[in-house]
Amino acid sequence: MQFGIFTVGDVTTDPTNGRTPTEHERIKSMVTIARKAEEVGLDVFATGEHHNPPFVPSSPTTMLGYVAAQTEKLILSTSTTLITTNDPVKIAEDFAMLQHLADGRVDLMMGRGNTGPVYPWFGQDITKGIELAIENYHLLHRLWREDVVDWKGEFRTPLRGFTSTPRPLDGVAPFVWHGSIRSPEIAEQAAYYGDGFFANHIFWPTSHFQRLIELYRTRFEHYGHGGADQAIVGLGGQVFMRRNSQDAIREFRPYFDNAPVYGHGPSLEDFTEMTPLTVGSPEQVIDRTLTFRESFGDYQRQLFLMDHAGLPLATVLEQLDLLGEIVPVLRKEFDALRPAHVPDGPTHAALVAAAASAASELEAVQA
Amino acid sequence: MTTYTVAVISAGLSEPSSTRLLADRLAQAVRRDGARSGLRIDVVDLPLRSLARQIADMLVTGFPPPALKSALDAVHSADALIAVTPVFSASYSGLFKSFFDIADPQGFVGKPVLLAATGGSARHSLVLDYAMRPLFAYLKADVLPTAVFAATADFGSDAGGRSLDERIDLAGRQLVAALDRPDRSSSDAPTDLRAGRSTPTPLDARRRRDADPFDNLVPFDQQLAQRFG
Repeated sequence: MQFGIFTVGDVTTDPTNGRTPTEHERIKSMVTIARKAEEVGLDVFATGEHHNPPFVPSSPTTMLGYVAAQTEKLILSTSTTLITTNDPVKIAEDFAMLQHLADGRVDLMMGRGNTGPVYPWFGQDITKGIELAIENYHLLHRLWREDVVDWKGEFRTPLRGFTSTPRPLDGVAPFVWHGSIRSPEIAEQAAYYGDGFFANHIFWPTSHFQRLIELYRTRFEHYGHGGADQAIVGLGGQVFMRRNSQDAIREFRPYFDNAPVYGHGPSLEDFTEMTPLTVGSPEQVIDRTLTFRESFGDYQRQLFLMDHAGLPLATVLEQLDLLGEIVPVLRKEFDALRPAHVPDGPTHAALVAAAASAASELEAVQA
Repeated sequence: MTTYTVAVISAGLSEPSSTRLLADRLAQAVRRDGARSGLRIDVVDLPLRSLARQIADMLVTGFPPPALKSALDAVHSADALIAVTPVFSASYSGLFKSFFDIADPQGFVGKPVLLAATGGSARHSLVLDYAMRPLFAYLKADVLPTAVFAATADFGSDAGGRSLDERIDLAGRQLVAALDRPDRSSSDAPTDLRAGRSTPTPLDARRRRDADPFDNLVPFDQQLAQRFG
């Protein structure tokens, strides 16, 4: 099982002192946070993609390439890459390049974005979100798997004999997750390709996401990629920890009360009861995170949101130290519970091995 | 005996309020007239005042806390609604509107709705036709011809009181008649006794299909085939 963090990259005023980081400070903080993730033994760092203030990460592969140069083991990912408004040809090339530079430590998560105005900024039609996600991903999928592609679709100019460069490292495309918080169409798409499905269930109740993940698992099996319990599931999470749970609540409350997404609404107590948000001791976070498996089945990747709502960098780094303490416990518990036939989190090495064994099976059949 | 469920949404803010009082009297009239027609009417009372905080929370977070979820489910599954608001600043109250802003709009399609409002004087009574009817027309509800407005004077004077009683009775009869129409579906009626279960009507099927994107899902291989042949 893989554990990591995902960041939105928001520039938010710290409500306790009124201080707002500059874009430069926030961007550098994100890199520091990514390096810290590796230092404390996490597996994954994922960045969002946004093209409007108050968010800074508009160019994920630039940032992830820079992080790749300063890390050795960390898997670099996205949360999410906009499959609707980015040209799939550019995604294919950018992430293949990143994959080479990072020696395979790269995967990515497709998303449609939640900011309508982005579509026209990149020349796309805001009413065609689902259609763009389907067509663009279908092209991306082919560009990584076929050396020469002929293509005709609705949303971009046709391609004749096109080769996207560089070719994926070791001939194996980066692993792809599809993220969605409400669309069964996206769960269905992930299932069709045998890709991963990521449910960022941090802002809504668990029951809402159980149906999406159940659909994904059932359809994954339907399309012949393996059993429903072998489908590749990722989940979001959101925690704030101190040794003493009352200290955690007291320190986090002003950030919660003023947070961009849910601030000025429900109380911290109500929200922690209704969503996966956990504010308390490391033991409480371990217990709560283990319940995700009971709700969704054995899963492969757990990402936590740790650096938002104006939390200062020093606090985020302390939080990562605590996360680094509990992850070995979580890893041990989850791994012990997971049956042998359920796959581990996806890595480049595993994909290369799977491709090699598929090729040798094919040779045996042909011989 | 056929049973129908009527959800009563009232947005009065004081406790007790004239809005709640009017809602209660409308519910009584419907129950009474239903009994005359051999129907049992189950009334689900939903005073919005007790949900005010949760409604505001859902406006911010996008999901309902548990008590609000039950209320929204009750409205969705009810066979008919009685919706009563006080007049605030020439319209329904903000609390009343917020409840319908967060409810699933598919839950109102074809559903009989009895509208009512309260205000300080009869000069506000056109709120029924200029504010409430357009809202429920948007929601594609089956709004009854008679809507009931009660001014303070209607609760006080003899003449006003008699006239209000008549309007309440008329509206109640219209709601029962709308419920009892043969094409109307119900949660537990009509029942196919041999199969021992409800027979879904076309309206039931349409409500369900519209409400649930999971049921509309086109298999991805079919979507690709449509797109790329």
